[in-house]
Amino acid sequence: MIYLMCFSLFSIGIYCILVKRNLIKIIIGLGIAEYAVNLFFILLGYRLRGRAPILAQDQVVENMVDPLPQALILTAIVIGLAVTVLVVAIALRIYEKYGTFDITKVKKLRG
Amino acid sequence: MKHELIPLFVAIPLGSAFLISLLGKRLKGLADTLSNLATFSLLFLSFLSITLVKRLGVVVYKVGGWIPPIGICMVLDSLTSFMLITVNLVAFLVTVYSISYMERYTSKWKFYTLFLLMLAGMDGVIVTGDLFNLFVFLEIASIASYALVAFGVEHEELEASFKYTVMGSVASSFILIGIALLYSYTSSLNMADISRVLTEKGNSRILSFVSGLFIMGFGLKAALVPFHAWLPDAHPSAPAPISAMLSGVLIKALGVYALMRIFFNVLGISSILSYMLMSLGVISMVLGGLLALGQEDIKRLFAYSSISQIGFVVLGIGMGTTLGILAGLFHLFNHATFKSLLFLNSGSIEYATGTRDLRKMGGLTAKMPVTGYSSLIGSMSISGIPPLSGFWSKLLIILAAIEAKHFIFASIAVLVSILTLAYYLKVQRLAFFGELKDSLRGIKEVPLTMKLSMIALSIICIFGGLLLVPGIQKNFLSSATQALMNGNNYAQIIFGSIK
Amino acid sequence: MKTEEPGMSLIVKTITRLTVGLILLYGIYIVTHGHLSPGGGFAGGVIIALSFIHLMLAFGKELALKKLNQSLSSLFEGFGAIMFLTIALIGFVGGYFFLNFISKGKPFNLFSAGIIPLCNIAICFKVGAGLFAVFVALTLLRMNGKKG
Repeated sequence: MIYLMCFSLFSIGIYCILVKRNLIKIIIGLGIAEYAVNLFFILLGYRLRGRAPILAQDQVVENMVDPLPQALILTAIVIGLAVTVLVVAIALRIYEKYGTFDITKVKKLRG
Repeated sequence: MKHELIPLFVAIPLGSAFLISLLGKRLKGLADTLSNLATFSLLFLSFLSITLVKRLGVVVYKVGGWIPPIGICMVLDSLTSFMLITVNLVAFLVTVYSISYMERYTSKWKFYTLFLLMLAGMDGVIVTGDLFNLFVFLEIASIASYALVAFGVEHEELEASFKYTVMGSVASSFILIGIALLYSYTSSLNMADISRVLTEKGNSRILSFVSGLFIMGFGLKAALVPFHAWLPDAHPSAPAPISAMLSGVLIKALGVYALMRIFFNVLGISSILSYMLMSLGVISMVLGGLLALGQEDIKRLFAYSSISQIGFVVLGIGMGTTLGILAGLFHLFNHATFKSLLFLNSGSIEYATGTRDLRKMGGLTAKMPVTGYSSLIGSMSISGIPPLSGFWSKLLIILAAIEAKHFIFASIAVLVSILTLAYYLKVQRLAFFGELKDSLRGIKEVPLTMKLSMIALSIICIFGGLLLVPGIQKNFLSSATQALMNGNNYAQIIFGSIK
Repeated sequence: MKTEEPGMSLIVKTITRLTVGLILLYGIYIVTHGHLSPGGGFAGGVIIALSFIHLMLAFGKELALKKLNQSLSSLFEGFGAIMFLTIALIGFVGGYFFLNFISKGKPFNLFSAGIIPLCNIAICFKVGAGLFAVFVALTLLRMNGKKG
């Protein structure tokens, strides 16, 4: 089923965050996980044999997919973009300070 | 006094943040005055909100005039006004403090913009009555805090901020999955409406899955063990006023308040959930306390102590009885005041001496009396020495645990209180009493605004016990407790108050 | 011996000169028809930002910054945000927050649906300027090497 594919996409993203050592790969994993959640939310609004929820002058309201998740996921995509931008800027500065992208070497805080 | 003041809690900090971002670089001194004015007006409005709730009962504000459940509504009940006072009080005092503290950093206007955005997000989380709106404001506050932790771009701050960002985003994804599943089960996003549908539909397996997701997501925001790993890195590395805000109010407004609201009013508390919350609270208490004993960095010690005290709060709230929730909420308010006081103290130590290492300090009270005495008051209050405020709240939590017949939890709470006393005595001995080291001979007391906030917070610590006096308690704490104990009656109350 | 020219090859530059105006126009179309067809403020803002980024990629940093330098994009960004908040607050003073107070014309017309097109335009300013400023900040950081 489609929801199972969304779940496997999400677990691929979480796997990347937990296992990979390069900072950029962690950021990509974070992006994959977030997009998997967005995809899941949109798929929830599907109605069988529905159409796109755009109202024009000659269409009737019935038989449309649920438009509410689509509006919400627009917001969630923007939020994901903002987080990605912020974390990439932080990663760039980490590269300047530490000279490496390897997260096992970026460990100055202990205890 | 009309009910239109509810959106102002979000509009004022947002508007000031945007204005400061536009004009802050050109006009010097605009950032300071505008942000202080904004937080002071927010504090004034939160005090007004208590009288409003007492006069009108629960106030519901329909955004845009759309009737819920079609539209978004903002809800003001007594729990909301309680949290609003906590958040805005700490925010105002921290803003006063950062007038002089942030001179050390470049671009003060960027700091104020991000700070006011974070405050707008927190106020939005508290005030809203709609689940997805909660998620959006949660994200606004979280993203602002990720940026603020990395504010002075040194090694540690960047690394801490990176870890915090990744973990916080994963938590937000869990929360979004939970909201998606709840929406598919009840086909509504309004909190009152979901609560009404859930009482009609009854329990099912998907609700337990959603509860688990919410505990994971909000538990990471509230730094419950085992989701606490970001806190000991993020809170010390941030600049001191931000550490005070993060540890004092952010983990409470985003984590504990959202947990309370969703589990008590929307989903409905059950005994399994209650046990899970209580055990998570107890594990946090013990682990935070034990790990705090071995720290030498003063801010890292305070961060572990935060984990421990939030464990107390969650233990109190997880009990589900009236006395337990009252104790938990009282301890939440107290912890906001004394933890921010302690972090502001550590900030002034860092401002004056340039170090955060406990082994390098000693005998600071001679040179910095205000910092020393307020730190003494804060430490005694958090350890639970009578008659300061912390004693009353810890006593109430232990009494509530005994009353609900959880004797093991009560004894663990007593032991952890003694542990708390131990490591705060260590801080006091190493930092403030004892010999003044030679390298520290030239230090002076901190500037006036920093002194003012610390004195104000210590006064609140001393007189905090007065909140239990029956006249004041009825308005402030008991009504907040009642709002949570209403449980699923939340729906009836909200729908009854829509005009 | 050819001197190093900023930007990409001649083919890319010629095509960019032709298409960048069309991309900008398409973005403006999506923003203004946001209440009639899919798109709206955010998608249109991204496309408008993309047209400026396209200019920077093809021609190099200096020329793109001459068209829209950093302080101007910060100004646009703040202006968009304040416009959005002002629209909300005007509704607040009249009745409720975000109340739709401009007359809603006949449905499916371009000038209908109250405040929604204005909100779309405000969001387009903020998102477009913000995305462009972010891109400039990230590439400037890298190009200056070990800047503090």
